[in-house]
Amino acid sequence: MSEGGQLPARVLHFARALRAAGLPIGPGRVLTAVEAAAEVGLSRRDDLYWALHAVLVSRAEDRALFDQAFRLAWREPEALPPGLELLLSHSPLPSPRPAPLRRVAEALSPSRALPAAPPRAVEVDAVLAWSEREQLRTRDFEQLSAAEVREAERAVARLRLPLPELPVRRMRPDPAGVRVDQRATLRQAVRAGPDAIPLRWRSPSRRPPAVVALCDVSGSMARYSRMLLRFLHALTRSRAQVHSFTFGTRLTPVTRHLRHRDVDAALAAVGRAVPDWEGGTRIGPCLREFNLRWSRRLLSQGAVVLLMTDGLDRSEGADLAAETARLRRSCRRLVWLNPLLRFQGFEPRAAGVRAILPNVDEHRPVHSLDSLERLAEALSAPRRGGRRATSARPTAP
Amino acid sequence: MERTPRPLPGSVDDVLALLAEGRYVADRSLATALFLSLRLSRPLFLEGEVGVGKTEVAKVLASALGRRLLRLQCYEGLDLATAAYEWDYARQMLEIRVAEAAHESGREAIERGLFSERFLVKRPLLQALEPDPAGPPVLLIDELDRTDEPFEAFLLEVLSDFQLSIPELGTVRAAAPPLVVVTSNRTREVHDALKRRCFYAWIDYPDAERELAILRAKVPEAAERLAREVVGFVQRLRAKDLFKLPGIAETLDWTQALIALDRTALDPQAVEGTLGVLLKYQDDIARIRGGEAEALLREAAAGAGGR
Repeated sequence: MSEGGQLPARVLHFARALRAAGLPIGPGRVLTAVEAAAEVGLSRRDDLYWALHAVLVSRAEDRALFDQAFRLAWREPEALPPGLELLLSHSPLPSPRPAPLRRVAEALSPSRALPAAPPRAVEVDAVLAWSEREQLRTRDFEQLSAAEVREAERAVARLRLPLPELPVRRMRPDPAGVRVDQRATLRQAVRAGPDAIPLRWRSPSRRPPAVVALCDVSGSMARYSRMLLRFLHALTRSRAQVHSFTFGTRLTPVTRHLRHRDVDAALAAVGRAVPDWEGGTRIGPCLREFNLRWSRRLLSQGAVVLLMTDGLDRSEGADLAAETARLRRSCRRLVWLNPLLRFQGFEPRAAGVRAILPNVDEHRPVHSLDSLERLAEALSAPRRGGRRATSARPTAP
Repeated sequence: MERTPRPLPGSVDDVLALLAEGRYVADRSLATALFLSLRLSRPLFLEGEVGVGKTEVAKVLASALGRRLLRLQCYEGLDLATAAYEWDYARQMLEIRVAEAAHESGREAIERGLFSERFLVKRPLLQALEPDPAGPPVLLIDELDRTDEPFEAFLLEVLSDFQLSIPELGTVRAAAPPLVVVTSNRTREVHDALKRRCFYAWIDYPDAERELAILRAKVPEAAERLAREVVGFVQRLRAKDLFKLPGIAETLDWTQALIALDRTALDPQAVEGTLGVLLKYQDDIARIRGGEAEALLREAAAGAGGR
């Protein structure tokens, strides 16, 4: 085999290009790839393809990227063609050069992607007095001035969501436990001598449930979705297992973008990723998409789903009811957070609202700081009644 | 089960032949990954939808190579005591009593006696590290995505170094590494640290040709026309927008159900009556039942006849 000696170098080059394109390939994997390539040899192109595939790909999503790269890189027995550079522009990773923070960009030119609150005629001082802060808590997000919005955003960033923890089958040592820890007891018995066996106890450990948030970013929700995304950012940073999606006319996963430490950078990333910002709403198809593609992967371990929408749907109702019902069946608890619920006389008249309402476990308002805080309390309180309330009645704001 | 040890396959084609012997029709991607995993002694990580034959790979591998199959079914909260080892507490307690009755003294000696291999209950992970006359066993870690992260972390030690530490006894190391097959249904993303130590293969739904080959290998008693029509129907069904697509397991079950009903070809009545074998969600059944099923049936029959 004439190019046997060149094989390691080419594999190395190929692996490096894939890494640049965003695949998680460390040096260990590169070495294994060289080994694997030597093992199958160069007699069959598809063997080399699958051998490298087995080493360098570890997620189903990466298969397409690998395929593309392989076709480019192993087309002819030459060095990597310059065409592979093209791949780098498809890179799913954020570009290495950090984009200017949203607040900087906004200062220069207001952007449509992530609308800032339009300035009100009367600006209050940025630092609010205590009584004003108290007022702020119950004010509707829609009526806040720019400065108040900033204050509210800071408050939102401090919010936590203490959901009740779920018991796990795994046990942990616990002096007040209910079961005998046989292993620890026995060790104690050997040490303590023949007269008595001091018992050691254990009890099941607990873990926080996963949270999946579906946030409506359509036009009618514009004012609230901005605040809710901040809430989700705070949530993502404060607890493990938070998965976020936005939807308007289509469903977009934004979990990765919200992981960014800086809230402005995170929201800017979300703004770039979401194509249907402030557009129409097609809740039914979006929920269907979630049910088909994501629910099995995210809801299998007792997740709580927060559906953040006003329920004003452009598409018809029948589908929406079925999809909401399916969503409810596959999660532990489905909570509908509805900013429109702030109105005392809220009545489920819109077709979308009527379709969703009977199919959720709980229906709560989210239009002010206060309601967000009460949401945290309500979700951490022990559940009323059984696992499912028969119908979720709107809770008065 | 009769076991005759065999040498490991020497090429990708040998792997394909080996699996074919066990009536497993694999595609080349799986065979290559499996070949590498056998040659370089690293675990094989199989991902794919439910019912595409992930678990079957390990079973066929074990029986074809004449090795012992150790299966660890994962579930949430799986712990060391069920996965790796446990001490036999009842017998240990008894031993203490016996020692006391015999007025044996010396706590050290008693303790050494208590935590010896005699009182160790071995579970699949530990068993897999033990030498076997037939050669290292096949260790199947099934549905890893059902466990939690702490267990995955523990598994890292076992799968990367093929060793296990027992605090009271020391480290158990495998003389020859077992053949490890890990499967995941992807209900959760398994951590990259674990995947990095494995060869990865994604098992897809088979194309019509391979599905027909699988059907012929697994259900040879099916009439030729029935087999063709079943495959045509299922292949077209997978193009539909369903909540849960039927896997190969469903295809085989369905064919067997149709044979039990004495069918040699598909007909609307039989499809209507057995749709529940193929589709597992009420919404999906309601969608396909009736007109849609008949349309699929006509297409499948036309496709099968035309070939």
